[in-house]
Amino acid sequence: MKHTLAVLVENKPGVMARTSGLFSRRGFNIDSLSVGVTNDPDMSRMTIVVNGDDRVLDQVRKQLNKLINVIKIVDLPSNNSVERELVLIKVTVGVDTRSEIMQITDTFRAKIVDVGKDTLTIEVTGDEGKINAIIQLMDHFGIKEIARTGKTALIRGEK
Amino acid sequence: MTKMTGAKAMVESLQKEDVKVIFGYPGGVLLPLYDELFDADIRHILVRHEQGAAHAADGYARATGRVGVCLATSGPGATNLVTGIANAYMDSIPIVAITGQVATHMIGNDAFQEADITGISTPITKHNYLVTDGQNLPKYVKEAFHLALSGRPGPVLIDIPTDVFKNEEDFHFPKKASLEGYKPTVKGHPLQIKKAAELIKNSERTVIFAGGGIITSNAHEELKRFAETINAPVTTTLMGKGAFPETHPLSLGMVGMHGTRYANYAVCDTDLLIAVGVRFDDRVTGKISDFAPDAKIIHIDIDPAEIGKTIRVDIPIVGNAKNILGELLEVLVKLNNKKWNDQIEKWKKEYPLAYEKKGIKPQFVIEQIYDACPDAIISTDVGQCQMWAAQYFKYTKPRTLITSGGLGTMGFGLPAAIGAKVGCPEKTVFDIAGDGGFMMNCQELATAVENDIPVKVAILNNGFLGMVRQWQELFYNKRYSHTCLKSKTDFVKLAKAFGAVGIRVTKANEVRSAIEEAMEVDETVVIDIKVEGEENVFPMVPPGASIRDMIG
Repeated sequence: MKHTLAVLVENKPGVMARTSGLFSRRGFNIDSLSVGVTNDPDMSRMTIVVNGDDRVLDQVRKQLNKLINVIKIVDLPSNNSVERELVLIKVTVGVDTRSEIMQITDTFRAKIVDVGKDTLTIEVTGDEGKINAIIQLMDHFGIKEIARTGKTALIRGEK
Repeated sequence: MTKMTGAKAMVESLQKEDVKVIFGYPGGVLLPLYDELFDADIRHILVRHEQGAAHAADGYARATGRVGVCLATSGPGATNLVTGIANAYMDSIPIVAITGQVATHMIGNDAFQEADITGISTPITKHNYLVTDGQNLPKYVKEAFHLALSGRPGPVLIDIPTDVFKNEEDFHFPKKASLEGYKPTVKGHPLQIKKAAELIKNSERTVIFAGGGIITSNAHEELKRFAETINAPVTTTLMGKGAFPETHPLSLGMVGMHGTRYANYAVCDTDLLIAVGVRFDDRVTGKISDFAPDAKIIHIDIDPAEIGKTIRVDIPIVGNAKNILGELLEVLVKLNNKKWNDQIEKWKKEYPLAYEKKGIKPQFVIEQIYDACPDAIISTDVGQCQMWAAQYFKYTKPRTLITSGGLGTMGFGLPAAIGAKVGCPEKTVFDIAGDGGFMMNCQELATAVENDIPVKVAILNNGFLGMVRQWQELFYNKRYSHTCLKSKTDFVKLAKAFGAVGIRVTKANEVRSAIEEAMEVDETVVIDIKVEGEENVFPMVPPGASIRDMIG
């Protein structure tokens, strides 16, 4: 089962390595990991998607908590969180496919952020379902390159 | 505020942490620090290999309960500490390892004697620091000592570039370490304690299973009162030896692969296992589904990550063992389960630890050492000598068995003995070594002799890497692949070459007099004892089997 963990860490060199190293060392599976500084410049927030049963997740949380640079861990409930990912997709275009791709881009409320002679680069944000759907569609036209940020998420409401 | 160099700040900080002794080895990037140490009021013990420094700091910490400190230069000096740091990590021993690093502007350039020791040591330290700004040095030292000793103890490494030692900064040593992400739980949850007490009252075949956590938290008095109050037998792990007096009628000795039969049977038949300061290591549990299969389990530990890591637990209590046992004692009344205790007595009579008395048996040597100096601190190497030292010496006080439990580091015994003797100079320190392990760090005889640290070494010399040979005998058709040392090494001459006393023992009736002779002289002594070559450690649980199914 997939779980999304929000991990508040000190914004210091080496913290990323300590965290990701822990996962490989203990045999935990990471699906994605994204990180960025928070409104407090001394703190960073990591969003980690892990795959495993309850026992594995329990160990992940406890072992992460043992890292001195980890301040707080929250298990984000999938039914009560805003979850987003950003993807850049570079698609091959020809005269005959250009308008169809632009239509799909519109439908997905995505943006065209770069235009080349034979390519379009599309920026799309959304949850996992939306991202996978547009990638599948664009695959028909030929994806040249793709860059995903990995999931980032916040709990809904005031909490 | 006073300005001082990083080297001076380091020495000042160590003194503020009340460091009395450092085990170290100098090198290029450490020159500024060693210059300060030259006339500092800290005893520096020059080892002969950095691994010896780490193990000596570890042995010092185990014997005294204080933080052990070791010091090594950058690159190879630092990497030579690695085994010793990993050893301390596996057994939760508080040491602070200080390493020199190449100058800040050279880091990452593959400079001479550069190694990324913070990267290398991350998986084997509780925490580590690379000091890039000298202003942080005193703060990091304060934090390192706090982290090493508090909560679940462990090694902390501080890596310091050589320019940081030379630069002058304002010296400010904080009174308290403040770490937002580090708040170990020390007090047990009252509700869990209440539930545990209820369960204890309603159980009939309770076994207490005690580990190194008792020794770490100085909970041995509480453990004794607890066991006597609920009248339950106590078995310990290897790390828990000394947590409960093995001369006590409630003692079951050690449980696990080479535990006593009666301890293993008791754990198999118990209906309530009270696990205190243990981590259910595979050498203890054997086949996990057959470990205490019908029992409810109460698990008391300071590290929440140990709860439920390998075994299901019914009542977890996170906190310091001393506090929690104390709190349990307040709510418990005297219990008596005569039927269970009679059963235990029956097992004890039926299945005592025993060996055939023929030639010089290693077990006999250990019994003789126990008879001659029951109050000694024992350190060991790893393998057969370690297991016999665990089985046949009766530990009655905490911090008297110093052994590499988790990592199983051969070569640990001698440097650890040196560390223990430095910490407890009034005690006899006996290293029970094998001829294999002794050779791995025998250079430290020079350290012992030259620094007047008179440790005693008994080499159980069987000419084999005994434990591996035993497995080859039992599981690999006696094909002794590369375990026969066929050694022509003369350990008596070797001892003398280092300036120590060497004694050779070839007959059973010389064992006792050799031990007594070793204790009489105030010098480092090596006794080379030619023991039976193919003696096995029994009883034994084959790997992966249930601990009920013991052989031998």
